[in-house]
Amino acid sequence: MTSKTQQTVQLPLYQLAHGRAGDKGNTSNISVIAWDQACFEILVAQATETKVAEWFGYRHPTKVTRYILPKLLAMNFVLEGILDGGVNDALNLDTHGKGLSFWMMDLPIEVPQEQAQKLSVKEYSQQS
Amino acid sequence: MSTQQTSNTAQRPLYVGCATGFSGDRTDGAGPVVDTLIALGGGVLNFETLAERTLALAQIEKRKDPKMGYEPLLADLVGPVLKRCLDHNIQIVSNFGAANPQAAAQRIFALAREQNLRTPRIAVVYGDDLTEPEQLKFLLKKLGTDIDPKRVVSANAYIGAYEIAQALKEGADIVVTGRVSDPSLTLGPAIAHFGWAMDDWHKMGCGTMAGHMLECGTQVSGGYYSVPGQKSVPGMDRIGFPIAELRADGTFSVFKADHTGGLVDDRTGREQILYEVHDPARYLTPDVTADITEASITQEGPDRICVEGIQGHPRPAELKVNVCYDNGYLAEAEISYAGFRARERAALAGETVRKRIGHLLPLRVDLIGAISIFGDDAGELMGQGLPESRDVRLRVAGVHTDKGIAEKILREVTSLYCCGPAGGGGVRTSLRPRLDTLSCTIPRESVPCGYRFVEEQRA
Repeated sequence: MTSKTQQTVQLPLYQLAHGRAGDKGNTSNISVIAWDQACFEILVAQATETKVAEWFGYRHPTKVTRYILPKLLAMNFVLEGILDGGVNDALNLDTHGKGLSFWMMDLPIEVPQEQAQKLSVKEYSQQS
Repeated sequence: MSTQQTSNTAQRPLYVGCATGFSGDRTDGAGPVVDTLIALGGGVLNFETLAERTLALAQIEKRKDPKMGYEPLLADLVGPVLKRCLDHNIQIVSNFGAANPQAAAQRIFALAREQNLRTPRIAVVYGDDLTEPEQLKFLLKKLGTDIDPKRVVSANAYIGAYEIAQALKEGADIVVTGRVSDPSLTLGPAIAHFGWAMDDWHKMGCGTMAGHMLECGTQVSGGYYSVPGQKSVPGMDRIGFPIAELRADGTFSVFKADHTGGLVDDRTGREQILYEVHDPARYLTPDVTADITEASITQEGPDRICVEGIQGHPRPAELKVNVCYDNGYLAEAEISYAGFRARERAALAGETVRKRIGHLLPLRVDLIGAISIFGDDAGELMGQGLPESRDVRLRVAGVHTDKGIAEKILREVTSLYCCGPAGGGGVRTSLRPRLDTLSCTIPRESVPCGYRFVEEQRA
């Protein structure tokens, strides 16, 4: 990380992707859908099962599985055992864990400086 | 495989619209969907209204009154569009029968009569309800649980598309079901329309994923998507419900009702196709093991996407069953603190309640406005430090089988008005029966499902 071309900045995942959480029983699935191919490649390299398991560590997932869907520029994370029993068991206001996608959206990602500048556009229009 | 697919390209596409994504969704979505279907020459209207808990609550209603137990908003959903559907070759296929499809059918007959319409041909799908004593005994043994069968509120198998398809082939205007797999509400009409064979796994996969895209209503057409300043959706106050155009080759497009707000693009589509999916190569329904690993979503035009590349594999051998049972009472109580040291006062209030009744039942304490839904029940995240906050709502929640003990949460939070920290206000409390769910799979032959056309029963 010493040469100028290798310099990176840390950005929250939502600068590179969007996503949605769903629940089945005590398992949450959270999609991470890249804004474009370049973002997708960074995320595949960095948003690993291990990193996501650590990020959700305070909820003690029993297993984290990542599925990669290149044609959708997407990854699907399946986090087992993180919903305190699920929709009927948890005491959380959000028993479905609907809001957990937005915990994922804050996952820190190292992005090359040059690319980070392009991401500073806040509104992601359909015209790329 | 199917015997009558000599000229696939000549077959007219099938249009399926979905006007609710759950029980409790907006009830005014159907009008624009039906108008759009009429302009397209007809189609099928789905209402998806059945979550696990909804079905259990419907069983409770049915026990109180044998004429109830179906979707409580049925008349609001169907009433405004029934005439247009019957006049324009639009079949209604819905799980709004909940615990009592027969009674739902009778309610629709009554609606037709009130509006001076022709008598619709209504079929009900039965067999998903497994609450007969012998069935329950079998299920509880299968689940390996010793809960008292008297505590069971509902037990239902997820059944598939076959009965819906058969009923439509026999000329049903309306098919009322209880617990069927949500995507089957769309796949069934596709099987009837295209003559797909039930073991044509590719087509079963395609029709299932079309149903998957529709089953949550506006979640594919701009609902549950918007982040201001990042992902904009126009007209969320009049967001359009989705319609799928299914084609004989299994590909399909998704768009939304005409003259509505909302957004359908490759991004809304991608969020929905992965919703509640685990292994994308194995999306299990009673009808098929659908596989979206090679699926692609492309924008075909404004508010219109095309989904291709879906695969299918043989269906699971067994059917999924959910058993819902009474499991005590959920007590929740809240009080607010604002201004300087609001967070500290709310935290002190929570600690005070813990000291008084924490030994009687496990408590969850939230500081809404500082940390609430991100935290787990054990409060581990809260223990890692709290953000500063000047407007905090304390929430205390707990469950107990003894109603009297659960109620103590309500009383302790209420008493914080006088005995708690300074400036607490706005106490609200609630006590509700809690329903828990157990799931297993059982052999298909243990689920005696079928369909029948029903007659109007005039009182």
